Amino acid sequence: MTSYYGRPIIKEPVWKPEIPTYFFTGGLAGGAALLTLGARLSGNDVLARRALAVNTAAITVSPLLLIKDLGRPKLFYNMLRVFKVTSPMSVGTWIVSASGTASGVAAACEVTGLLPRVKRAAEGVAGALAPFLSTYTAALVADSVVPAWHEARRELPFVFAGGSAASAGGAVAALTPSRAAGPARRLAIVGGALELAATKAMEDGLGELVGEPYRTGLGGTLSKGAKAATAAGTALMALAGRRRVGAVAAGALLCTGALLERFAVYHAGKASALDPRYTSVPQRERTGRLTQR
Amino acid sequence: MKAGDGQTTYGLQIQPRMGFFTDTSICIGCKACEVACKEWNLVPEDGLEWTGHSYDNTGALDANTWRHVAFVEQQVDDGLRWLMSSDVCKHCTHAGCLDVCPTGAITRTEFGTVVIQDDVCNGCGYCVTACPFGVISKREIGGDGGMHKCTLCYDRLEDGLEPACAKACPTKSIQFGPVDELLARAEGRVEELHEAGVGDARLYLADETDGVGGGGAFFLLLDRPEVYGLPPDPVDPTKHLGEAWGAALAAGAALVAGALVAFLGGRR
Repeated sequence: MTSYYGRPIIKEPVWKPEIPTYFFTGGLAGGAALLTLGARLSGNDVLARRALAVNTAAITVSPLLLIKDLGRPKLFYNMLRVFKVTSPMSVGTWIVSASGTASGVAAACEVTGLLPRVKRAAEGVAGALAPFLSTYTAALVADSVVPAWHEARRELPFVFAGGSAASAGGAVAALTPSRAAGPARRLAIVGGALELAATKAMEDGLGELVGEPYRTGLGGTLSKGAKAATAAGTALMALAGRRRVGAVAAGALLCTGALLERFAVYHAGKASALDPRYTSVPQRERTGRLTQR
Repeated sequence: MKAGDGQTTYGLQIQPRMGFFTDTSICIGCKACEVACKEWNLVPEDGLEWTGHSYDNTGALDANTWRHVAFVEQQVDDGLRWLMSSDVCKHCTHAGCLDVCPTGAITRTEFGTVVIQDDVCNGCGYCVTACPFGVISKREIGGDGGMHKCTLCYDRLEDGLEPACAKACPTKSIQFGPVDELLARAEGRVEELHEAGVGDARLYLADETDGVGGGGAFFLLLDRPEVYGLPPDPVDPTKHLGEAWGAALAAGAALVAGALVAFLGGRR
């Protein structure tokens, strides 16, 4: 392969570790919002209260992480100038804003015991936005020229959805008395299985070359760690989740797995941007059959 | 709407799409373009380092380098061949940076060029990941924090002047003008070179059917694009955004299905 002194063709993303951390907290908030809504609708207030707490904590941290990462944090409100469907970050800003507001209202009602109908409505809004909150970040990174992200655009949202369910189910199960935590345990198990299956599908789909950053280097190490933690957490939740100590250990493992997977994606993307091979070889292969002009 | 036919928009005459044709076959590597650009646009000094890569000590386009001259040394049958090429923002027809910018800071001007409004940019960095050419980056100097790139000298264009780099170019390797005129000239130049026996001459980003819809800045190259550090088949990532949104919606539905299973699927 020819290159210009081995220099990158595209730029390395400038996002700092706050961004993959947010991918985790956003997913955690989304999964917990679904649990809150489901628990409330099924009359399981013990579970709903814990899920709402996890949801509110995660969605409160999220915008702080996002604003901290900006090059000019004082101008964060410029995100609210426009709404652009061609920019998943713009769409996401509105999802996070609406979801965060709804969760804040619900949490305030829960703590004060006031306005129960408003609380239900707010939980409904947060629950309805949750599937978007948990997966738009995958569309965000996929809408880039970074090979390890762009070429994973069909599978990556499922990886993030799986991680969202696994982490939220795990965290809420760990905080909830065992008899009320059944739905959280089951969501954790379903989510862990989805995360593992989707990650495998993504890495297989990327193929020999572009999949490399997920197998080697820091991205590879993190990816292996994520799989081990998620597999162990899923199995532990299935086998020992009904005992509180088992649920706590499984929840911690599932959250660790989901967090590591986001960092694996982050670092694999950076590595794929820095080496010109990942950009130029697939492009040359697809133009190879055309005559050179 | 055709430019120059007297039609107006918001009270102003419609402008033709303006751009650059960079003919690298006559670039002599003087770097006058780099210097003129830095001077006119007040682009800050970002370090003076020896790279060891031929005469290229700038390295690449970024927030603080809006024109970059590449120097390629190649071994050929009768000795050494030296390729020089002045690179710049391509002002793409389908500009990924503009598509993904969440603040609307990146806009298209009346000249069809792509410009970052510095007072609106909040430094989110999404444009950096969306440029197929690695043109944009974040300026850290002086705590700036914003994203910067070539403006095609928007201020000069508004005053009827040509961009600083084209003005300074002593060989007319950098040509500025209406894009359709430049395209015709570029095709003539390739033919001329082919007749003169330079079979490797080819145009880059002069085809509106390519992945970025052609560039407002396009090039005549003497070798494959990757030799100059350019992507061989650049594509605006937003072209595939429908697939990503579709997958995100499907994954969101899978998440809801998982929650339904969790609540309805067991008595434990």
